[in-house]
Amino acid sequence: MNLYTSPALGSNDQTVERIDAQPVHPPGASRQPLYEKRKKIFPKKAEGRFRRFKWIVMLITLGIYYLTPWIRWDRGPFAPDQAVLIDLANRRFYFFFIEIWPQEFFFVAGLLVMAGFGLFLLTSAVGRAWCGYACPQTVWVDLFLAVEGFIEGDRNARMKLDAAPWSFNKLSKRLTKHTTWIAIAVATGGAWIFYFADAPSLAFDFVTGQAAAIAYWTVAVLTATTYVLGGLMREQVCIYMCPWPRIQGAMLDESSLVVTYNDWRGEPRSRHAKKAAAAGQAIGDCVDCNACVAVCPMGIDIRDGQQLACITCALCIDACDGVMDKIGKPRGLIAYATLEEYESNMALATNGGTTVIEPSRIRNVDGTFIDQVRHFNWRVIFRPRTLLYFGVWSAVGLGLIFALLSRDRLEVNVLHDRNPQFVLESDGSIRNGYTIRLLNMIPEPRTIMVSMEGLPEATMKITGVTDVPGRLFAVNVEPDKTLALRVFVTLPKEAISAQTSDFRFIAEDRSSHEQDSYAAVFNTPGAKK
Amino acid sequence: MADKHIDEISGVETTGHEWDGIRELNNPMPRWWVWTFYATILWALGYTILYPAWPLVSDATRGALGYSSRADLAADVEGARTATGGIVEKIANTSLDEILADQQLSQFATAGGAAAFRVNCTPCHGTGAAGGQGYPNLNDDEWLWGGDVNAIYQSIAHGIRDSVDPDTRVSEMPAFADMLKPEEVREVSSYVVSLTGTPRDPSLVEAGKQLFADNCISCHGEKAEGNRDMGAPNLGDAIWLKVRDEAEIAKQIQSPRHGVMPAWATRLGDATVKQLAVYVHSLGGGE
Repeated sequence: MNLYTSPALGSNDQTVERIDAQPVHPPGASRQPLYEKRKKIFPKKAEGRFRRFKWIVMLITLGIYYLTPWIRWDRGPFAPDQAVLIDLANRRFYFFFIEIWPQEFFFVAGLLVMAGFGLFLLTSAVGRAWCGYACPQTVWVDLFLAVEGFIEGDRNARMKLDAAPWSFNKLSKRLTKHTTWIAIAVATGGAWIFYFADAPSLAFDFVTGQAAAIAYWTVAVLTATTYVLGGLMREQVCIYMCPWPRIQGAMLDESSLVVTYNDWRGEPRSRHAKKAAAAGQAIGDCVDCNACVAVCPMGIDIRDGQQLACITCALCIDACDGVMDKIGKPRGLIAYATLEEYESNMALATNGGTTVIEPSRIRNVDGTFIDQVRHFNWRVIFRPRTLLYFGVWSAVGLGLIFALLSRDRLEVNVLHDRNPQFVLESDGSIRNGYTIRLLNMIPEPRTIMVSMEGLPEATMKITGVTDVPGRLFAVNVEPDKTLALRVFVTLPKEAISAQTSDFRFIAEDRSSHEQDSYAAVFNTPGAKK
Repeated sequence: MADKHIDEISGVETTGHEWDGIRELNNPMPRWWVWTFYATILWALGYTILYPAWPLVSDATRGALGYSSRADLAADVEGARTATGGIVEKIANTSLDEILADQQLSQFATAGGAAAFRVNCTPCHGTGAAGGQGYPNLNDDEWLWGGDVNAIYQSIAHGIRDSVDPDTRVSEMPAFADMLKPEEVREVSSYVVSLTGTPRDPSLVEAGKQLFADNCISCHGEKAEGNRDMGAPNLGDAIWLKVRDEAEIAKQIQSPRHGVMPAWATRLGDATVKQLAVYVHSLGGGE
C-alpha cells in the first residue's frame, strides 16, 4: 500500500476552504498562569480511511463489551450457562470452554503479561495505536463526540451554539445531548455488572429493584466515570491523568511509526499558493488550511511536531489527505512515518541542515518527488526489537495454551496432621491423621477412587465414608466442588520402624482414567525428620 | 521563585529549580485539578465532622453519624449468629446420635467444637488434644470413662471428680500404702509391668499376680482390662495415662493421684458441650 497515492493526483487546483482554527494546546506559550481553565475543543468530523477504520474498531470493541455477557454457553446442569462469567461468590471464572479456579489465576496473570508485551509490540511498531484506536477513553470519547455532532451539528454549528446565549433551542439541544450521554453511560456501567452474574436474571432483578446494592453502586459509579471522563473531561484524561503517554514515549524509537507532519514537503506553507507560484516563489504543499487542527480531538497542531498530547488517532491524516486530493497534490503531507525516514527526507530538503527547507531539493521539475525521497515501507515493522517482543508474547501465549491443554481437572492435596503427629493406639499400632482434599474441577459429579501407594502393611479409614479399614475407597465428589476428607492411616505394631515412611495418596477417576497423586509422610515415635 | 527563567526549547517558564543542569518546567496545572484538590480538603473536613476523628484529652470526637467500630463488630457478630440460621438451636434440640448421622449438623458441630476446644480445653489436653502425663490423649482409642459420643458428652458436661456437680463422674483408688507392705507393692508393680513389658526382677511377678487378684481386680478387672464404669484404666494395653515405670507405678499404688476435670455444662451451655463431644469423638478414637 502506498499512502502517497492520491486518486486526484494531478487534477484541477480546487479552492480549499480555510478553517479559522487555532491549536488549543500549543507547545509552550510563555508567562503562563499557575492554573489554567480548560479550553473547549470542537473537533470537526473527519472523513477518510482512518476514520472508517476507527468506526470499525469502535463497533467491534463496543460490541464485544456490551454483548459478551449475553452469549450463552451450555455447560450442563451443574454450571452456569453464561459464556463469560466472573463468579466471585463461588470463586470461579468461566470463559467459553475454559473454567478457571482461583489457584489457576496464573492464567489471568499470563494474559496480563501478554497484554503488556502486546502493548510494547504495538507501540514500538505503530506508535501509540492503543491510544489512538482501542483505548476505552478514546472509544467512548469518539462515541460521545459522534452523539454531540449528531445533535448539535459539526464544529462551526457547535461553536456557534456554545457562544450563543441560552435559548430554548440551546437548552433543548444540550438536554438531549447530556441525556443521551448519560444513557450511554448507564448502559456502560450496566454492561459491566453482567460479567459478574447471570445477565438475564440480573437484568430483570436490576430493573425490578431486587438486585444487590453493590450492583446499583457499581452502575452508579461507572455511569459517573463514563459521563465525566468521556463527555466532560475528554482530552484532559489523556494529557493530565493517564500515565501511559509518558511510558509509551520510552517505547518509541526512530523506526516506530508515528503520525508526522512532513514539513520537508509542506514548508514553506502558504495560504496563497497560486499567487506565490505566479510570483515564482518556492512554496511547499501545506496550504495552511488548518483542517488538521480542526479535526483534532486533542486540540493540537500536528505541524508543531510529535508531542505528548497527540494520541495518534490519525484523523489529521484523513483531513489533510482530503485537502491534498482536492488541490491535486499527493497524499501523505501528514502521514504515518518513522523518525528515521522523516529525518532522512529533512536532510534532503535542507541540504543536511545547512539551509531552510527548499522545496526544489526534493522535487523534480514536474513537481514529483525525486527518487532519493524515502517513503513508507512496511518492512520497518519487522526489526529485532519488534520481533523480540513478538517472540516473548508468543512464548507466553504458547506456554498458556500448553498449560491449558495439559492441566489437571482432578487434583488431590494432602495435609498431614501436625498436632499430634502420630497417635499410639491401645494395641500398640500407630495412627496418623491426614486431611485430603479432592478437587473435582469439572461440572459433573464424579466417583473418585482413593487409594494408597507404599506402606504395604498400613490400612486407612475415612471419616464419613467407611469404618472398615482398607486401602481403596470410592468417594463421591459433587460437580465442580472440593471435598475434604479426614483420613486415618494405621500401621500395625509389627510394621513400625523408627523411620518416617514415605507413601502416596492416589486419587483416580476410573471412567475418565484421570489420576493424581500426592506424597505423604507417616510418622512414628522416635522417627527423625 | 529564585529567578525567572524561560526554557528555550519549550518556551515555558521554569520553576527556577535546577538539578545538574536540568530545570523543572512550570507548566500551569489544569484548573479542574485545583478544584479537585480543594474538594478533597472539603471532603476531609466533612469526614472529621461526620466520623470520629479529633483527639481530645481522654477521648475523641464521636462524629455526627455516631459511627463506632465496636458497634460494627457487634453487628457483624449478630449477623454471623443469624447467618448460622438457628443451627445451634437445632443442635441443642437434637440427640447426639442424630447429630452424628446428619452430615450438616455433624460438620457444624465438629467445627464449632474445635473452636470451643481451643478456648476451653487446651490448657490441659493440649491444642491437638494429645494430652500429657496425667491428662488423657483424646485422639487414641483408650477411654477411661467410655468413648462413644454420649459417654464423652457425659464426661464433658459433668466433669470428672468435680467438686460441685452432683452428676460428676467419681472414683477413687485407695492408697495401698496402708494395706500393702513396700515389698508387696514392688511385687504388684512388677506384675503390672509384666503385662506389657519386662519387669526389672521377673521373679516377683508370680507373687504380684496373686496380690493383684486379691486387691485390684474388683476395679481393674481379672485381666487388668480396666472398667469404664469406675474410670479404671486398662493396664494391659500400650497406652499409659502416666508413665510406664516401675517406681512410678509403685508410687501410684501407694498414694494414688487423681485427675480432676471441671463440669462444663453450666459454663458453656448444652449446645457447646454437644459440639465439643462431637469434635472429640471425631478425632479418631471415637467409638
